[in-house]
Amino acid sequence: MTNSADFEQPNFTLDAEEVTPTMPSVASALFSGGLRKYTMVIALVLLMLMFHWWTGGRMITPANLQNLITGNAHVLILAIGMLMVIIIGQIDLSVGSAAGLVGMVVAITARDLGVHWLIAVFVGILLGVLIGSWQGFWLAKMGIPGFITTLAGLMGFRGAVIWISHSVSVPAPPELAYFSSGYLPDWGRELTASWGLGAVNAQTGAPSGLNVVTLALGLIGILAIIYTTLRSRQRALKASGTADPMGAVVIRLVVLGLVIAFVSYLFASGRPSTGFPIIGVILVALILIYHVVTERTPFGRHIYAVGGNKAAAALTGVNVSRTYFFTMVNMSALAALAGVLFIGRASSAGPDLGTNWELDAIAAVFIGGAAVSGGIGTVAGTMIGGLVMATLNSGLFAAGVSSDKTAVIKGLVLLAAVAFDVMNKQQGRKSIIGHLMNSLSKPKDDDTASTSTTTVPPKDL
Amino acid sequence: MSYDNAVNLDDSNKSSARIGEAVSVDDRPYILEMRHITKEFPGVKALDNVTMAVRTHDIHAICGENGAGKSTLMKVLSGVHPHGTYSGEILFQGDEMSFRDIKASERAGIVIIHQELALIPELSITENIFMGNEIIHHGLIDWQEAHHLTLDLLARVGLDISPRTPIKQLGVGQQQLVEIAKALSKDVKLLILDEPTSALNEEDAANLLDLLRGLKGRGITSIMISHKLNEIAAVADAITIIRDGRTVETYAVTAGAVDEDRIIKAMVGRSLDNRYPEHTPHIGETIFEVRDWSVEDPNVPGRLVCKDINLYARAGEIVGVAGLMGAGRTELARSLFGRNYGIHLGGQIILNGRPVVLNSVEKAIRHKMAYISEDRKMLGLNLLDDVKYTTVSANLRGVLNRVGLIDWPLVRGAAEKYRKMLNTKTPSVDVGVNTLSGGNQQKVVIAKWLFPDPDVLIMDEPTRGIDVGAKYEIYSIMHHLADQGKAIIMISSELPELLGVSDRIYTICEGRVTGVVDTADATQESLMRLMTNTAVSAV
Repeated sequence: MTNSADFEQPNFTLDAEEVTPTMPSVASALFSGGLRKYTMVIALVLLMLMFHWWTGGRMITPANLQNLITGNAHVLILAIGMLMVIIIGQIDLSVGSAAGLVGMVVAITARDLGVHWLIAVFVGILLGVLIGSWQGFWLAKMGIPGFITTLAGLMGFRGAVIWISHSVSVPAPPELAYFSSGYLPDWGRELTASWGLGAVNAQTGAPSGLNVVTLALGLIGILAIIYTTLRSRQRALKASGTADPMGAVVIRLVVLGLVIAFVSYLFASGRPSTGFPIIGVILVALILIYHVVTERTPFGRHIYAVGGNKAAAALTGVNVSRTYFFTMVNMSALAALAGVLFIGRASSAGPDLGTNWELDAIAAVFIGGAAVSGGIGTVAGTMIGGLVMATLNSGLFAAGVSSDKTAVIKGLVLLAAVAFDVMNKQQGRKSIIGHLMNSLSKPKDDDTASTSTTTVPPKDL
Repeated sequence: MSYDNAVNLDDSNKSSARIGEAVSVDDRPYILEMRHITKEFPGVKALDNVTMAVRTHDIHAICGENGAGKSTLMKVLSGVHPHGTYSGEILFQGDEMSFRDIKASERAGIVIIHQELALIPELSITENIFMGNEIIHHGLIDWQEAHHLTLDLLARVGLDISPRTPIKQLGVGQQQLVEIAKALSKDVKLLILDEPTSALNEEDAANLLDLLRGLKGRGITSIMISHKLNEIAAVADAITIIRDGRTVETYAVTAGAVDEDRIIKAMVGRSLDNRYPEHTPHIGETIFEVRDWSVEDPNVPGRLVCKDINLYARAGEIVGVAGLMGAGRTELARSLFGRNYGIHLGGQIILNGRPVVLNSVEKAIRHKMAYISEDRKMLGLNLLDDVKYTTVSANLRGVLNRVGLIDWPLVRGAAEKYRKMLNTKTPSVDVGVNTLSGGNQQKVVIAKWLFPDPDVLIMDEPTRGIDVGAKYEIYSIMHHLADQGKAIIMISSELPELLGVSDRIYTICEGRVTGVVDTADATQESLMRLMTNTAVSAV
């Protein structure tokens, strides 16, 4: 007994020290790095499928998805700005009122001054920047908490909308409709129809054809993702010698590619002269831009630093008040854009334009995994959060659930999503998925203790 | 992880514990026995079959390097890591315990006082002491009774102040005593102190140790985690040394006659003949100079925290700054570093012979200055961030690609480089800094400030809360940096450290420089005289 102990002990310790810190087990690699990150995506997909089934196939259709995008783009745009505000540990309650004020000012400028619609839009965005500077000034320079500053804005800007509009709706410049409810040019529809592609008309049996521009955009997206993924893997290999295993990368690319292909096919196969919405293109562009801004620019790192620990950020050379200021300016500029796009769709600006938008945007950010105390959150997560809310709205509506009940359900979903997230992050407690993965992998661990952990490389799907 | 091995390990540990017992020749009962405690975090085994036993009425010291598992062990004991999240058994006063939370362990009489004090600054001493444990009569809090009891408790810890005083008006030393008074109010039998003196000056520390001896006389057993070997030597009755999550040895000692070298050897697994590395300085030109620097307290108008301070540092030189708590050392450092603290009243900074105006931290960094703060968690780190981004956070320009975006292979490369250079123990550079132990967090902070390649480094208590082995490493790093021609200004409360590492020492008292001595001519006594020289500062 003693002899074998002397002999085996060092071997045991060597295994424990070398294996455990560097190589996470299969289960932990799957759920901590991969699955958990995608919990909300999976939830969104399940939600869509559930509504698709419940409404008898009216959820995942070209027309419904087009409506989902055009009807919610303004909230998603607001949510991008709101995410950054929430990361710095603040909140902006005024975005709805600010969007309303900008929309109204654009409509009035175009109608009463008779200027070109582009000039009116420019005035609107400029007003957004001014509103952001006003709130940024009180927050960053005077140290008034954002909650108070923007609560004042919520009241004040709403008052201003009613004041300048005399409580009457004002028609919006008709040119804006192209951006907010238009589609990509419908090229190649007849050609593809002659090939027998697209949805089949139930009465005539004729194929609808496809919007080729939409398909092309999808294809460009797929190629771009493949290119950037492979390139960054190459660079990672060169820089540090390790990277995700090729198999995992391929699986990830195939799944992503199929999803994009399917979605672009859906958008392309809608009614003739429709395709992917222009406002969707604007939204995707904004998502890409802000993803890069938050992840890969010094300003992006600064907002996380300020939200995580303000004092430490200041001692690291981050100009905290400048970061506050520009985050607020950015928020209001995006609110202005949302207001402009919305009046294009509604074809007029009303006195209650933008009411409660701030709440939808805030909900999207928190469902998307941001922390109330700041410092945590991503653009991608926020967009998923926004789409969950949008899917609920659209699905419950299609299923014939009244708006009062819809509101109750949305409230509960917000609470449940954040509660799930909080429980996931709580120290020393395993997530629900963690429990599942653990019980699945347990027998394996007991049998082949160290070999199973060493042979399987960590995956980051 | 086969069953056989685990059993074998058990046996070997038991036998070593028995040797300890045999030496002590003591038949007092154990108040606490922790047997075969194993605690795993995802990817890391923090405790591996740890066994220790504490005799009633002892002051039992736990020593170990950073990340050795001391704090984790105490968290297991106090129920922070609840029963079921670890394996092994805890026997307290002979009964097996399974604490679900801190409340449960406190009910049993085990109270832990953490390194970071858990008092609420805005509330009074009484309110803090009876927080969560209020004295209720007829459904209402009886403040009269609570104040009365608090007065008693404060007397027992030697504090003569009103129970109605808000915590924020107390110094750190007094706050520590309030924490102990709070523990006494819970009828504590076993008091655990995690680095109790790390934030205290020498007088307060001595005071605290006296108090621990007094409590021992009144039948309270203490477990003290400490890096300060002289304190352990002064008060400990028994010592347990933990290394890499395992018990190395546990034995009884006689307070006042402790072999420090034996502890050091067991902690690091090797003998440290010299706690300070040998170094021959190569001193060049003056590159950093401060003239007539005066700073006003931003909270107390008219109170000067720095008064006409003059000092300089040369290339290749390590300049020590000695001063008691509240002397204005940190205030000076932070005001020099881009006026991060206080209201600038006057004075000049001269860098490489040129006067510069550094009115923001950004500017200070651009002029190749760095400030490693004394308070890692509050001022040094964003605990939500990971190791790699923390490493580059003070110099994001250094990791931008051609189009001005952050290039993550560069980020990773920099983080890996400093992880290796500083020997930081972390599973990878992708993990959050909050998962690292204090000493490794400090190394990440140092990495963060080495990455901008500064010429002048102000290091404020660079080895605070760090074990002997890591201290040695950090001194070596400082020497290495000095040899590269950098000027280092080291602020420290530990006089042996200043004498062991720096080339020249300034003493500060009440915001004034009261002296400057070459280290070769200085002794702890001479420095202490200058540090307490209020006569000079009163001029």
